[in-house]
Amino acid sequence: MIVEFGHFALVLAVVVALFQTVVPLWGSLTKQPRLMETAKPAAILQFVLLCFSFAALTYAYVVSDFSVANVAANSHSTKPLIYRISGVWGNHEGSLLLWVLILALFGSAVAIFGNELPQTLRANVLSVQASIALAFGIFMLATSNPFLRLENPPLDGRGLNPILQDPALALHPPFLYAGYVGFSIAFSFAIAALIEGRINAAWARWVRPWTLAAWMCLTLGIAMGSWWAYYELGWGGWWFWDPVENASFMPWLAGTALLHSALVMEKRETLKVWTILLAILTFSLSLMGTFLVRSGVLTSVHAFAVDPERGVAILLIMTIFVGGGLALFALRAGELRQGGLFAPISREGALVLNNVLLTTATATVLVGTLYPLLLEGLTGAKISVGPPFFNMTFIPLMVPLLIALPFGPFLPWKRGDLQGVAQRLIIAALIGLVAMVATMAVASRGPWLAPIMMAIGVYVMVGALQELAFRAKVGSAGREEVLRRLWNLPRSVYGTALAHFGVGLMVIGIVATSAYRIETVLVMKPGDKVDIANYELTFKGVAPFRGPNYREQVATFDVSRDGVPLTTLSPSKRVYDAPPQPTSEAGIHAAWRGDLYTVLGDAQVEDGGYAIRLYFNPLVRFIWLGALLMFIAGGISLSDRRLRVGAPRRKSRQPAVAVAPAE
Amino acid sequence: MTRKQKRGILIGAGVGILAGAAIMVAFALRDTIVFFRTPSDVVEGKVDLDQRFRLGGLVADGSVERGRGTKVKFAVTDTVETVPVSYDGILPDLFREGQGVVTEGKLDANGQFVADTVLAKHDENYMPPEVAAALKEKGVKLGPGAEHPGSNN
Repeated sequence: MIVEFGHFALVLAVVVALFQTVVPLWGSLTKQPRLMETAKPAAILQFVLLCFSFAALTYAYVVSDFSVANVAANSHSTKPLIYRISGVWGNHEGSLLLWVLILALFGSAVAIFGNELPQTLRANVLSVQASIALAFGIFMLATSNPFLRLENPPLDGRGLNPILQDPALALHPPFLYAGYVGFSIAFSFAIAALIEGRINAAWARWVRPWTLAAWMCLTLGIAMGSWWAYYELGWGGWWFWDPVENASFMPWLAGTALLHSALVMEKRETLKVWTILLAILTFSLSLMGTFLVRSGVLTSVHAFAVDPERGVAILLIMTIFVGGGLALFALRAGELRQGGLFAPISREGALVLNNVLLTTATATVLVGTLYPLLLEGLTGAKISVGPPFFNMTFIPLMVPLLIALPFGPFLPWKRGDLQGVAQRLIIAALIGLVAMVATMAVASRGPWLAPIMMAIGVYVMVGALQELAFRAKVGSAGREEVLRRLWNLPRSVYGTALAHFGVGLMVIGIVATSAYRIETVLVMKPGDKVDIANYELTFKGVAPFRGPNYREQVATFDVSRDGVPLTTLSPSKRVYDAPPQPTSEAGIHAAWRGDLYTVLGDAQVEDGGYAIRLYFNPLVRFIWLGALLMFIAGGISLSDRRLRVGAPRRKSRQPAVAVAPAE
Repeated sequence: MTRKQKRGILIGAGVGILAGAAIMVAFALRDTIVFFRTPSDVVEGKVDLDQRFRLGGLVADGSVERGRGTKVKFAVTDTVETVPVSYDGILPDLFREGQGVVTEGKLDANGQFVADTVLAKHDENYMPPEVAAALKEKGVKLGPGAEHPGSNN
């Protein structure tokens, strides 16, 4: 019964979404406040209904109700509880329900916390938001309904793909979706602004926290996926430029650009048209990510089982929203009054450079991701575009971005003094040079670019700290004054510094791991010893082991350093009960200087030896630590008082910019 | 600086970066893409000897021969033609005879494909779409799991 209630709640939610799409918009167009006011309860009701629906599906998973087709296809009674729950979004239908639920969550959050928004803006935003939910709701009911029953329920389910039975992966999709879907708010605000034909700094103030929240979640979601791939797939890599990774990375790049351009718009009332366009593009890329993953056009781990119909339906949804959004933009953008100009050397100028580089980088990733599809469509030739392409096109864009990055926060708005800032940043550059020399001293091999990139990473980190020191007048003011200033710095300043520091940290991790990783494949017999990166490994042998829902062969390595026993690593090969699929579990010894990473291969036929793969990944943790810092930095910025209040109060003093006649 | 000049600098910088990136993309697409070939393509001589490419198909039944250490030999087939492959490394978990596989490397002078990468995807029912399409072309009947790449995740 509960499943039927969940099904019914989903249908009701779609009906509410239809109401919420039409009525508030109609109210705002015909200026009827009562109709506009319906948006708020509708948004909340829609969210409550979807919550119930999602809970009902989760219940079916928890109690292993295999009469539900979706549960039978993706769950198994022996699976641990947490993976029965995460199995809800480990498949196409369930993850779509989560997608729509998060959409409604963001919508209802705007409804609840948006009391100070202008009434028409709020009505329009919620209306656009509901139209997205409506499209996906209809799509779900028509092609991907998770609540369908089976006439002859099986005794047990088919199970969740075992490599997905993992804590990081249980959380990866919710964060990723929160990021993807969170950008829908920016999109809805952009469309609402275009419908009204006016936009002002308050608009950017409203959009920025939502964008920031979405960006945080996306950052963490991508980082978790990368971390999971690193320890679970057994290749020792953390990023593969896989098309689906790119599908999540493109909205991240565009969203990062949006975050920075919205800042310019909020503070200086300029770059309006660009910010609106970027908001539309960012969500379009999120929709494209959804399409690429679910349409089956891509070769990937992530590709959901999809019949062509579904792909066409998602393509249709994408075309409506992207095409509609861009068409509206083309029609109305001219009516938005452009803001003031600024000197190229200024905070605005630096942020524009950030935007140009980030969007260009997005475009190169887009080309690399879609080119194989395009070429196959045009000529039938099948190609793959791999890491070499992205290394060649993406890195040259990141180098100037990273070099310019510390300049941004130092430059004042309107007009800046490049030389003065450069003089201050000499300290960061010098420390970077020291890091470069140190890198060259420690690592004799590796590409020539690597030490330079290490220097740039350190320079970005020091630059971020220097900005804090500069604002606190470290060196020129007394100790008490410095502390007082540090205390009084707005949280968003700390957020910025921490996020930029995280970027530098991540660069160091990426460069060190990519350039200086050690990799060996060898055959070892019990008792054999091998040295790698100052560690000594002794292979003790392989023993069988029985886990809760798998059998495994576990190898044991004693690890010691300088003759001192350090730890024991146990890489294994597992075969799960349902579905019976083999996986490799890496044995990893994590340390600040790098990860020792062991993978067990096949047994040798003749002599009782085993193929063993060993990696040493220097500083690899810095990659995810950097991402984590960016996530935390986003949270710190979000908690800044200036972001939470102020916008509507400021409005009374600065009347909204009305539609100006086209120039 | 006048308004026009300022705008000129900004637009110029933007266009410059975009043009530079476009040139890099064009070069990279020319140099770094890897074509997907079937064993039939190889036997018919459609492949340059000095060019890296991806060879995909099914791992031929009874062809896997483990050598010393981590060396392994197998054959990739599209049921019409078969190409021998050598590889030194650990095979993916899901590598099995009769399963779809994609390998990347170069042909040597003897017509043997020397692979440095072997990909078998993370799902037992998974069939790389290129392989599925190529096999379909050759008239191979595939199981239901293979018709639609991606199975249940």
